[in-house]
Amino acid sequence: MTAAAHVERKMLPGFRVTMGFTLLYLLLIVIVPLSALFGKAQALKFGELVQALTSPRVLAAFRLSVGASIVAASIDAVAGLLIAWVLVRYTFFGKRIIEALIDIPLALPTAVAGIALTTAYSENGVLGRHLAAHGIAVAFTPLGVTMALVFVGLPFAVRAVQPVLADVEIELEEAATSLGATRWQTFRRVTFPLILPAIVSGAAQAFARAVGEYGSVVFISGNMPMKTEIVPLLIVTKLEQYDYAGATALAAAMLLLSLGLLILLHRLQGAIQVGGRT
Amino acid sequence: MIRVLLIAIVLALVGLLLGVPLYVVFHEAFASGWGAYVSALGDGDTRTALLLSAIVIALVVPLNTVFGVAAAYVTTRFAFPGKRFLAALIDLPLTVSPVVAGLVFVLLFGTHGLFGDFLERHEIKIIFALPGIVIATAFVTFPLVARELAPAMEAQSADQEEAALLLGASGWTTFWRVTLPRVRGALAYGVVLCTARALGEFGAVSVVSGHIRGSTNTLPLHIEVLYNDYAFAAAFAVSSLLVGVTFINLVARGIWK
Repeated sequence: MTAAAHVERKMLPGFRVTMGFTLLYLLLIVIVPLSALFGKAQALKFGELVQALTSPRVLAAFRLSVGASIVAASIDAVAGLLIAWVLVRYTFFGKRIIEALIDIPLALPTAVAGIALTTAYSENGVLGRHLAAHGIAVAFTPLGVTMALVFVGLPFAVRAVQPVLADVEIELEEAATSLGATRWQTFRRVTFPLILPAIVSGAAQAFARAVGEYGSVVFISGNMPMKTEIVPLLIVTKLEQYDYAGATALAAAMLLLSLGLLILLHRLQGAIQVGGRT
Repeated sequence: MIRVLLIAIVLALVGLLLGVPLYVVFHEAFASGWGAYVSALGDGDTRTALLLSAIVIALVVPLNTVFGVAAAYVTTRFAFPGKRFLAALIDLPLTVSPVVAGLVFVLLFGTHGLFGDFLERHEIKIIFALPGIVIATAFVTFPLVARELAPAMEAQSADQEEAALLLGASGWTTFWRVTLPRVRGALAYGVVLCTARALGEFGAVSVVSGHIRGSTNTLPLHIEVLYNDYAFAAAFAVSSLLVGVTFINLVARGIWK
């Protein structure tokens, strides 16, 4: 922003009132409650904290939550790239419907997604039936958890890549082709490096959403301790058993993870904007 | 050839991953016929849940909308230190697990919480009651309006506002007549999105509501109860209502975004 624009902008009224309300509401709804969580976690004795976070059941839940989220985010990254590619580069019948369907997981209430996915993947379900015929059980297994997480994360992977791919200059690809590169070489050496930050950002967003997801997963997971129990569910269970210390420790760990992911995502966003300008 | 193959793969992927769950909702909702569908929706507990969800929306959406307008205005019309940090903080609730969001309010206002004794002495109920549900919902839908509005306001230069001010309009008039009308599409979509998400919130509300049947069950919680009672047709019938809202949301996105 130039100095002149800066001065002009200062002329606009309403800074105090909008800033005041923004900060007040942010403080009341977000900052104070989240600080209370860290306050509570800090009040726990170190031994309690370690014990709460390293019991076999907790470790199993973390392994499942993080592991299934990584697998799901990777599947989303590949599927998202394919979908974004087809939506940006081709026109075909039904494209607008596909375009609209992409956002379904963002807009559909998680409980509805949860029971619908469970029914679809159950032994007699539309999808589960065919998988069961090949001896693959999805509902009430870690695979089911992963499929639910693939569902919730997919729009992030598509929407992160789509605009960046649309911005890639066709001339660059044409230049590569005219210099004798094959289609695959052009994609690998020219297009892919340009959209890679966006793919990573989409996958990171899908992971961030997946690791904390609750509603879409609780129905399909079957919630067996040590086997299909995700961390958010374990927090709820501990809370219901009045194990406030355990729930607090887990929640604080999850919140730290969210904060780390938020910082990572903002960094990635910066990388994409810089990459887009050059 | 590659083109046809890729399109076919994408159609199959989207159909299987995203289309099938939608199909299942309607298929199951009408599995026992229209009569069962209508009676499931007319059930007393369903209507109480619907009413509770409506009250929650009526409280949360206006609050988050006013916040969204203020936050988008202040972060796009002024330069100040810490602006990026403020923007990151506003986005924070989106990356917090809904269960964690619910838990923090239990830790604050629950019986064993920070303000637990105080609330008990004054007989104020927040957790397992309406206020808790409202606050938790406000938390999870916190940045939605702001996130839609901020890019739209950023795209509009401040020239027209400055012209209005120079011509003698008051700050308030300028805001209502110049600033807001130019971003009304983004505002409308933000409100629709916030409403849809508030209506569908499950994890956070599930932690603070206490699942009191016919009293603190919102629509998604009521769906869970029905499903766990093996009342599948009824669970999917209520779900189909929420899918309807989802469609409205997607259509609104198509119009305004």
